[in-house]
Amino acid sequence: MLMNNLLTIALSKGRIFKETLPLLAQAGIEPVDDPDTSRKLILDTNQAEVKLVIIRATDVPTYVEYGAADMGVAGKDVLMEHGGNGLYEPVDLGIAKCRLMVAGPENPHNGRRRLRIATKFVRSTRRYYADRREQVEIIKLYGSMELAPLVGLADRIVDLVDTGNTLKANGLVPLEHIADISSRLVVNKAAMKMKHEAISQLIKQLRVACSSQ
Amino acid sequence: MSNKDQWLLPEGIEEVLPPEAWRLERARREILDLFSGWGFELIMPPFIEYLESLLTGTGNDLDLQTFKLTDQLTGRLMGVRADMTPQAARIDAHPLKRDVPSRLCYTGTVLRTRPDGFAGTRSPLQVGAELFGHAGIESDVEILNLVLESLSAMGITKVHMDLGHVGIFRALAAEAGLDDQQETALFDALQRKASSEITELLVASRATGEQARRLACLAELNGGYEILESARESLAGAGNEVMAALDNLCAIADAMRRSRADTVLFYDLAELRGYNFHTGMVFAVFVPGRGQEIARGGRYNDIGKVFGGARPATGFSMDLKTLVDLDTREYDLSDDAIFSPADSDPALIDTVRALRAAGERVLFELPGQNGDAAAMGCDRVIVHEDGAWVVKPV
Repeated sequence: MLMNNLLTIALSKGRIFKETLPLLAQAGIEPVDDPDTSRKLILDTNQAEVKLVIIRATDVPTYVEYGAADMGVAGKDVLMEHGGNGLYEPVDLGIAKCRLMVAGPENPHNGRRRLRIATKFVRSTRRYYADRREQVEIIKLYGSMELAPLVGLADRIVDLVDTGNTLKANGLVPLEHIADISSRLVVNKAAMKMKHEAISQLIKQLRVACSSQ
Repeated sequence: MSNKDQWLLPEGIEEVLPPEAWRLERARREILDLFSGWGFELIMPPFIEYLESLLTGTGNDLDLQTFKLTDQLTGRLMGVRADMTPQAARIDAHPLKRDVPSRLCYTGTVLRTRPDGFAGTRSPLQVGAELFGHAGIESDVEILNLVLESLSAMGITKVHMDLGHVGIFRALAAEAGLDDQQETALFDALQRKASSEITELLVASRATGEQARRLACLAELNGGYEILESARESLAGAGNEVMAALDNLCAIADAMRRSRADTVLFYDLAELRGYNFHTGMVFAVFVPGRGQEIARGGRYNDIGKVFGGARPATGFSMDLKTLVDLDTREYDLSDDAIFSPADSDPALIDTVRALRAAGERVLFELPGQNGDAAAMGCDRVIVHEDGAWVVKPV
């Protein structure tokens, strides 16, 4: 929402960016710059009034909720961690699919009373175990989750699982399924109202694009 | 915390410094004068009161937002107000107990445990107005007009007003026989217009196909006036209560369109602000360039019941600090004060008194002080000339 007649869309680099591009292309939006070669953080598109901003995946909900971007694409995992209902999530884009799972050693020797869970998804993990009436201790880590059970830092991990190869390579197995994850189109609430025409049209086009994938 | 940081204020708690503070105070006076012109009476509810009365009929959200402390005299829990609307409702139902309509307005600092929004404040300066004792659309329309009038008095004109009605969702949920948990989950998904989740939730509920379709379509019913027409089609077959709520919203929309051709009106049937508290029309006001609403309100007919007098009620509130930030009017911030010498001559004292009575700002120089007239923000000085005290430019 840098300027009033602009439509800014927040995307994160990597898988979400790659898989969102074909959908945007079907809606007639194509970036002029390539984020992998350009150092720009605001990318122009073939439409003068549409800009893409490239930010970290976990920042997308924050940018969109507070109107720094009008719309964005964020994984359900990130949205569940962000929490609250300050954003609209009108379209499940069905891209960047994976699963949020509990994983751990195949034969856990469980002496401790309380399980220790290493994860970067603290909020989702807490809610998952609370729903199961289980008291656990959560250790927030920022990466290489698979290491934690191997070195005795945690009993289990909660992480995104795509192919499961990283787990396997480290002698871990998926144990419980928490949620199916895919990316959602998120929209700022005020933008939805004040730029309704442009946004509702894009939502329609993206829905068509998703169903034809 | 090191000694160095001791002056820091808690997060979300701010102070207002010169010259902003006068600007804020001027805005406060302007708005209250405007309310007064519409016949709203000023009330000054207490800053803290017993938790029960503070939270009655308001639901869980406000409870979590309220700072609590124990009353050392009675051992009972007290709360610092996080919203003055329920206080106004209590005052209408209890001390006032009128059988004619009451128009009440208020302003004051409220405290919230959690910041509301982006880098949000926890101590907004709330200003609001409530109309008790009339259930018709005329009182809703009066409140909506008062909101727009207040904003335009503050120089905020390009506003979008978002109108909804909680009665539509509430009646549809009751028809579909949703239990509390399902209703809360569906409410939450509707607030996010998360259509795929809405579908999943409805499939898992005992709603029939038609009931589920009507509930799901709420997420799509947002846009210009035409969506009220499409709502009539999409919701066809629903019970009288749903249709009555829709008729009520349409009537308010028609009245607003007639009286406010300059305001962009937006309708959203899934927007259920203050769902626990409101019973009818709800609204919010947005301005371009700001990702969150600047004013909100709606109808709440049930809250007085617990205080022994259920009276229909409708109203709104906003944060005056936000409005002052958005104020586009030019202020004359040039120095307009007079610097008077430190002199005990009675003639000088009389001159100063006369100038102040005429509305001038006059500062006395303090003996031995640093800085001259300009440094003290004055554009004129009083000098002794030909046996008289006269005002001269610096």
